[in-house]
Amino acid sequence: MERQIRYQREADLEWAHRFTQHPGCERLLSCIQCGTCSGTCPLSIYMDITPRQVIAMVREGFRDDVLKSKTIWLCASCYACSVECPQKINITDVMYRLKREAIQNNVFPKRFPIPVLAQEFCEMVRRRGRNSEFWMVFRMALRSNPAILLSMMRTGWDLWRTGRLSMRMERIQRVNELQYIPAATKEVD
Amino acid sequence: MSEQRNGHVRIGVYICHCGANIADTVDVKAVAEYAATLPGVVISREYKYMCSDPGQELIQKDIEEHAINRVVVAACSPTLHENTFRGAAERAGLNPFFVQMVNIREHDSWVHSDREAATVKAKDLVRAAVMRVYFHKPLEKRRVPIHPEVLVVGGGIAGIHAALTVANSGKRVYLVEREPTIGGHMAQYDKTFPTLDCAACILTPKMSAVRAHPNITLWTYSEVVSVDGSVGDYKVVVKRKPRYVHEDLCVGCLQCIETCVYKDSKFDDEFNLGLSKRKPIYIPFAQATPKVVVIDPDACIQLKTGKCKKSCMEACVERGAIDFAQKETYEEIHVGSIIIATGFQTFDPRRMPQYGYGKYPNVYNTLEVERLVNASGPTSGQVITRDGRVPKSVGIVLCVGSRDENTNRWCSRVCCMTSLKLAHLIKEHTGAEVYIFYIDMRAAGKGYEEFYQRVLNEGVHFIRGRVAEITDWALDPSEAGKLVARVEDTNTGFVRRIPLDMVVLAVGLEPQPDAHEVQRMFGISCSLDGFFLEKHPKLAPAPTYTDGIFIAGLCHGPKDIPDTVMQAGYAAAEAIALADTGFFELEPNTAYVVEEECSGCKTCVPLCPYQAVTFNEEKQKAFINEVLCKGCGTCVAACPSGSIKQNLFEDEEIYSEIEGVLAYA
Amino acid sequence: MEPSAKYLYYPGCSLKGTGIAYEESLLTTFRLLELPIKELPDWNCCGATNYMSVSETSATLLAARNLALARQTGSRDLLAPCNACYLTLRKSQELVAHYPKIAHEVEQFLEQAGLPRLDSVRVRHVLEVLYTDVGVERLRELTVRRLQGVRMASYYGCQAVRPYGEVDDPHEPTRMDQILKAVGVDVVEYNLKTKCCGGALTGTIHDVGVRLNYILLKEAMRQGAQAIVTICPLCQFNLDAYQAEIRKQTGEPIDMPIFYLTQIVGWALGGDVRELGLHRAISGKKLIEQWFTVKKEAETYV
Ligand SMILES: Cc1cc2nc3c(=O)[nH]c(=O)nc-3n(C[C@H](O)[C@H](O)[C@H](O)COP(=O)(O)OP(=O)(O)OC[C@H]3O[C@@H](n4cnc5c(N)ncnc54)[C@H](O)[C@@H]3O)c2cc1C
Ligand code: SF4
Ligand code: SF4
Ligand code: SF4
Ligand code: SF4
Ligand code: SF4
Ligand code: SF4
Repeated sequence: MERQIRYQREADLEWAHRFTQHPGCERLLSCIQCGTCSGTCPLSIYMDITPRQVIAMVREGFRDDVLKSKTIWLCASCYACSVECPQKINITDVMYRLKREAIQNNVFPKRFPIPVLAQEFCEMVRRRGRNSEFWMVFRMALRSNPAILLSMMRTGWDLWRTGRLSMRMERIQRVNELQYIPAATKEVD
Repeated sequence: MSEQRNGHVRIGVYICHCGANIADTVDVKAVAEYAATLPGVVISREYKYMCSDPGQELIQKDIEEHAINRVVVAACSPTLHENTFRGAAERAGLNPFFVQMVNIREHDSWVHSDREAATVKAKDLVRAAVMRVYFHKPLEKRRVPIHPEVLVVGGGIAGIHAALTVANSGKRVYLVEREPTIGGHMAQYDKTFPTLDCAACILTPKMSAVRAHPNITLWTYSEVVSVDGSVGDYKVVVKRKPRYVHEDLCVGCLQCIETCVYKDSKFDDEFNLGLSKRKPIYIPFAQATPKVVVIDPDACIQLKTGKCKKSCMEACVERGAIDFAQKETYEEIHVGSIIIATGFQTFDPRRMPQYGYGKYPNVYNTLEVERLVNASGPTSGQVITRDGRVPKSVGIVLCVGSRDENTNRWCSRVCCMTSLKLAHLIKEHTGAEVYIFYIDMRAAGKGYEEFYQRVLNEGVHFIRGRVAEITDWALDPSEAGKLVARVEDTNTGFVRRIPLDMVVLAVGLEPQPDAHEVQRMFGISCSLDGFFLEKHPKLAPAPTYTDGIFIAGLCHGPKDIPDTVMQAGYAAAEAIALADTGFFELEPNTAYVVEEECSGCKTCVPLCPYQAVTFNEEKQKAFINEVLCKGCGTCVAACPSGSIKQNLFEDEEIYSEIEGVLAYA
Repeated sequence: MEPSAKYLYYPGCSLKGTGIAYEESLLTTFRLLELPIKELPDWNCCGATNYMSVSETSATLLAARNLALARQTGSRDLLAPCNACYLTLRKSQELVAHYPKIAHEVEQFLEQAGLPRLDSVRVRHVLEVLYTDVGVERLRELTVRRLQGVRMASYYGCQAVRPYGEVDDPHEPTRMDQILKAVGVDVVEYNLKTKCCGGALTGTIHDVGVRLNYILLKEAMRQGAQAIVTICPLCQFNLDAYQAEIRKQTGEPIDMPIFYLTQIVGWALGGDVRELGLHRAISGKKLIEQWFTVKKEAETYV
């Protein structure tokens, strides 16, 4: 049996204290654990911990638990929770922050395609200035789960025959300007 | 020069430690030593608690033995202890206005942590006071007589209780209620928590007592339209709206209602929140007080078109109580003090569209359900939904319009208990499964936690989570035809969908929509939430900053009936005490016009917020009524010829204070 | 520099690909309304939710480049028809306005890249422009043909109305409903107006994404809608592209056209099928043919 107890030494209080200084995370301490966010979230029913629990865990410093959760990657950034929260907590921004930390610390769930997509996407955009939907999805699938490609065939065909699938590699003219944007994964703050 | 005018100035300075409150942050010894070096200071001491008896005696002894004639006390805020130290001076035979307080607690030790800097600041403040007090003049407090009559505004349980208490002490009370009956919200309830005693049984005897009391003048369907004057003598004008029925002639037989040309009741019954209908001529409820009918001018054919058979009048031909020519009338009264008890309104849940109120007929608010469970309510106590079913599952959603940054931030305090009460009653009436959706269950009060336990044991489901939405969309066949609450059950950690036949929104309590107009008319203040502001949140929760005006009940903030009654009794006691004292002492910090210097420009006249400045046309000079002046200083600053002066704020006092604070030691 | 158009058009990646019909109908509608509009030269991807998930700073810089380019043109209104683009651009403005540290990074970047400093460019959404700048009444007057008796649900999606509530009320948006009614469409009650379509989830966690869209379609059907109108390329794509799969999974006879608001408005104003991209639909083709009487062109679809 796995023990479920949390020793206080496992809580990263310093991290928790700092958390409220990040943009959008300022009101975190006002959370009254009412669960409106989870009830509102269209994806909470697929999450391993609910948005409310994310807030509670962040406040208590259970950093690894939240960073490893699928929840932060299921969040579609729809802002429903944020506008419904009775304490005006910007839960969506908290989720964004956690996603970034997870990527920087390389702790996201393996073979879970969303962080992979995000990184692929950023790389492509930073190098070319635009995202070419087709190629992005293709590379993402290759990296995470090639089997998806099969199920995408039909959609691809539908798009192709209605003239909505472009296979061109898009690129802006003044790509050089983008070199001043730091490589995404290098962000430390 | 001023020494001649003020005699030989001998100042005593007293620095208080306030236990550790001041002494921990300010070096009180150093401040006292420094003060001793200032010109005019004869004695300078520090002491642990200046406000204690020995502390005060210290001052008294110095006045008597060392001929101290100016006192500076550096301690806490003057709002707390100015009177204490003025009293000490007075007891020793010194005019109390030779005392000046310095606030080195709230303004210094409590807001700073750097001991050295805080000590410097304390010295600066003390120096300023020493320089100012040098110029103080002896002043006399003026006394105004108090009219013993008391006005009570609002006839809910707060106003009723206050009126009865004051009347029982032998004083005349005017009770003004804007609805056709007194009783307020409480009259609408079936039972009251936590004891479940019948609301009507405990309320109506008090309503009748009001009506019967020889010392109470009851004006229902009336409103205060203007208030002038100040403590002791408020001149109040009350508008009495026409009810088209003479109160003194109507005996409440209700035959007119029976015979009204409208055979069916067609108009929304306000008392039942539109859950039932009434006729143009109606009585709000059976025990309405006074038991007098009223005609709704927006519904009555005669009043709208002048073309009705007037069968109501025929029914009343003998008593002749009905009078379509009745006009509004105005009464002018003089009262010494006023108790405001105007109550609350409930939050309008349409402001939270996610709960479907107004969209789904089976979504109710708690007030409506109070009527539904009431044996004398629109359904005779049967709990049936708007589509005529006995609900099998009922969900009560708490904190609707409370504890929410998007609507109201405060906790409405009574809705948890109200919901427990309604859960119990609904279960008792219908046997339904009842779900209470709560964030925190607040059951603090005598017998309240016990009641919570009782309802827990009745099998009500307590689901800890704020409902995200109410929808009529079935995602599962078991939800067909029902409303569904989507909520995170934070106890189990599941996001749940709970099908319900009836949803009850435990709406929060809000200030009355006209609270700001009332507040302005009576010259009191509101706190940020819009409820009326008390003078002190702990020690003076019924007086206001305006002398002679008290607040009681819900208009001051959410509270239950026991707390309302307690506050109403307290407000009544204050009003009685004021009347019994017979006079009120005014602060002498009033403004006065130096007539020789007044140019008669009239600048000051319209500026005074208390209408204290008038213009003497004969003399062509401005005149300030000391009784009305609150010492705000507006006119003093505005007078272009500098001819208005203010006691305790004379130019030389203020300038030397400024000089003192700026003269870095 | 040539005289600047009133509206600068920021297509974003989708309007050049899966959302091409949005671009077509938008440009047609603006032409019919005689509103001058010009594409932002050399725009770059807004970064969407993905970039924000990887780096807040870089995401903001990326968005800031577009805002700086917009300023170079001299136009004040930057029109972003895609909800995700709209929000990303708006959000970067908010971050710059409220967080000096980010503002500083942006300033530095723009300087290095030789771009002008940010100025008061207004980021606008099509819905808001149609509602505020054109107005419901004017659209009613300009309507030359009506889709009589056609019932549609208006679907706003998430990132336009939330979180700032500038495009419409975040809880109960009504502007699209008003516009649709003005141009002659019957708008049904739709409770899921602002519920999320899952965004990129259909591509990443496919079953979850598809389920969200199934719910959106099902509820529209329950309310009697024959079609759904959207204002976002991703919403349109998600709702449009997976109906066959949903039919197979659930056995429900869902086959519903999913439009862009600009297609419906453009049609009412007299635009034709092809220039409004109406031929690019995947689902609900029968109804589209019926409503827009395009029998002849129909063969050329494939
Ligand atoms: C649904 C519900 C159930 C409740 N159940 C309970 C319970 O079981 N037990 C309990 O202890 N508490 C209960 N409460 C709380 C209780 O209602 C209040 O504590 C109590 O009613 C407060 O009385 P009040 O006189 O201050 O205000 P109100 O009852 O609101 O009375 C105010 C009166 O002033 C009148 N008025 C307002 N403005 C003016 C004006 N300008 N001029 C003249 N007249 C004016 C109004 O017409 C009204 O008659 C409940 C509250 C709610 C909302
Ligand atoms: S809705 Fe807001 S207050 Fe409620 S649990 Fe979520 S974050 Fe906390
Ligand atoms: S923003 Fe994320 S967490 Fe919030 S409701 Fe949307 S999906 Fe859920
Ligand atoms: S008005 Fe006349 S008929 Fe009507 S209740 Fe009064 S006394 Fe009776
Ligand atoms: S005048 Fe006519 S409508 Fe009015 S109360 Fe009398 S009978 Fe009824
Ligand atoms: S009393 Fe209970 S229901 Fe009412 S606001 Fe407070 S916590 Fe919410
Ligand atoms: S000091 Fe203020 S209250 Fe007194 S008369 Fe002047 S303006 Fe009026």
